[in-house]
Amino acid sequence: MAEYQSIYSRVTVTNPTYPGVPVRTGVYGRQGKPSLVYWFGKIGDAQIGPVYLGWTGILSLLCGFIAIEIIGLNMWASVNWDPVQFVRQLAWLALEPPSAEYGLRIPPLNEGGWWLMAGFFLTASILLWWIRTYRRARQLGLGTHVAWAFAAAIWLYLVLGLIRPVLMGSWSEAVPFGIFPHLDWTAAFSIRYGNLFYNPFHALSIAFLYGSVLLFAMHAGTVLSTVRYGGDREIEQVVDRGTAGERMALFWRWTMGFNANVESIHRWAWWFAVLTPLTGGIGILLTGTVVDNWFLWAVKHGVAPPYPATMPPVVDPSLGVTP
Amino acid sequence: MISLNRIHGLAVLSAASLLLAGCWERPPVDSKQVGYRGTGMVDIKNPRIVGPRIAEQTVPEVIPAAPPEEAPILASQVYENVQVLGDLSVAEFARAMVALTAWVSPEQSCLYCHVEGESMAADTLYTKVVARRMLQMNRDLNTGWTSHVKETGVTCYTCHRGQPVPAEIWFADPGPKTAMGAAGNRFGQNAAAESVALASLPYDPFTPFLLQDQNIRVGSLQALPDGSNPAGTKTAEWTYGLMMHMSDSLGLNCTGCHQSRFFGIWEESTPQRVSAWHGIRMARTLNVEYIEPLTPVFPENRLGPLGDVGKVYCATCHQGLQKPLNGVSMLKDYPEFGKPWREPLPRLVAPETGTEAAAEPVATTAAAQ
Repeated sequence: MAEYQSIYSRVTVTNPTYPGVPVRTGVYGRQGKPSLVYWFGKIGDAQIGPVYLGWTGILSLLCGFIAIEIIGLNMWASVNWDPVQFVRQLAWLALEPPSAEYGLRIPPLNEGGWWLMAGFFLTASILLWWIRTYRRARQLGLGTHVAWAFAAAIWLYLVLGLIRPVLMGSWSEAVPFGIFPHLDWTAAFSIRYGNLFYNPFHALSIAFLYGSVLLFAMHAGTVLSTVRYGGDREIEQVVDRGTAGERMALFWRWTMGFNANVESIHRWAWWFAVLTPLTGGIGILLTGTVVDNWFLWAVKHGVAPPYPATMPPVVDPSLGVTP
Repeated sequence: MISLNRIHGLAVLSAASLLLAGCWERPPVDSKQVGYRGTGMVDIKNPRIVGPRIAEQTVPEVIPAAPPEEAPILASQVYENVQVLGDLSVAEFARAMVALTAWVSPEQSCLYCHVEGESMAADTLYTKVVARRMLQMNRDLNTGWTSHVKETGVTCYTCHRGQPVPAEIWFADPGPKTAMGAAGNRFGQNAAAESVALASLPYDPFTPFLLQDQNIRVGSLQALPDGSNPAGTKTAEWTYGLMMHMSDSLGLNCTGCHQSRFFGIWEESTPQRVSAWHGIRMARTLNVEYIEPLTPVFPENRLGPLGDVGKVYCATCHQGLQKPLNGVSMLKDYPEFGKPWREPLPRLVAPETGTEAAAEPVATTAAAQ
């Protein structure tokens, strides 16, 4: 038997390419002639294509392309069309939202208008892609779990770029498109609104984020540890004795007394992952709209404890008290 | 086969971590707890960066003081056009001139300000006009801004370090050239600028805060929004930019001044924050009162890209250390730089350019001490 031909599973399956189950409805068929790529076989399925694009896929790619063009060309213009500097400074460059003075009005193109336009097309692209994941799942006769998980991420994206800025009455409260600039924005956001650390929804989001990582590692580790018994391919693990599936369960029962089962572990993982952006989005939405300073909010509600002073007391010098 | 794959995996992992390790300062760094345990109040210093900086701080040898005289003849009685140091004895005056030449223009000598063969009193060279204003500034600093310079004080050398133009000065920064027109607006940020320690923050936070009097405070002082704080996230980026400069030029973390839980709160800040608050107002006053008015005096090649004069900020004196010259006081050996140059000492007041920050009294108390 051929063993360890792929990095993550025992064997690379090479067989004649397969077009997939018949498409039940839709104007478009699948595009592209399937082919096999050896290296993709190392990390997954070696077969590439055919792809079902459909009108949502085509429009989503088009809108995404327009958004990235607007962002990229603005970044390039900001280095005076110098290709070397564009590459060199890429991580620092950004397309910034309008200044506060414009509120929710549409500013001139170079004063944030491009940002609005890029945001419109990026949002359209993402929403169209969401429709696509929903419809593809339905057409394959699947549940829509992936689409709703994606929707949770879209919720956070929309809160940051659309819902919260609208509630705050200013596009300037939105995030810039840029690698370091959006990170610096995040830090500035926390400084302005009194430390996101004390935002309980931010805390929940982090708990779910780290929880997702932990669950992912536990689940993946459990399954991989039984690959030698065929755990990755087993279907009757729930009732049969002595199977890889039972060993997975017994490992956790003996380790910590409780074990998920093969179905429930995926519900655990799904909810942890989905709750990360869901709670995070709530935390961002409340910032500036309902709470202006999370530290002082936490002090008010007994969340942030007082600490003994370790230094001489300090008075705000702008109050006119001369030292 | 298994072990070979594992070795490959490990090799890839270690190569990746080495690659990442190039992105930051390598450990170990010295960390010292400065606040209550568990609050993250820690002073972190990299000895491989701070060590050489401290070693660079050389203080020039002290010139022997002029002998004390019973009834000294004052420089103003002997020389013409001595406007600032006229209250020194002739010997003290000569010593001060020798000292400041050694500190500011050791290579160019006296001829940096005085023309050979001309009267010493002549104001022919622009450098002499600037030097006089700098002497006034130096004396005002040591007498009027003890809230920041304390008893340590400053001399010409604190900034100049043997160079006619201090190494650390700032000009208004128009930023890198952009295409502008219809696209490419940087909004004054996103440029990997040295001024903000290579962050993508606004690269000229000095014009609004150290020349103009715009509001630096962005954190709200009440838990719930009541409309009293007009600052937004973008405003915070400008403040953040200034703070990056301060942190970088003092070799301090945020917690050098701020409480880790909320930067805005004064009650739990470190005493250093009060000193820094006065320092910001000091730099602003120096720029507005002493340096900016010299703009027409300077030749064009000394001006910045926007035609402004080189101005002071924290790094001008501090040069990477919390205390300039690592805390050595040169003023005690040169007390003439710590005397008032005009009587009575006027109050140093920053011009009323600010609108939002009008509620913050600026730099009036320190001079009135």
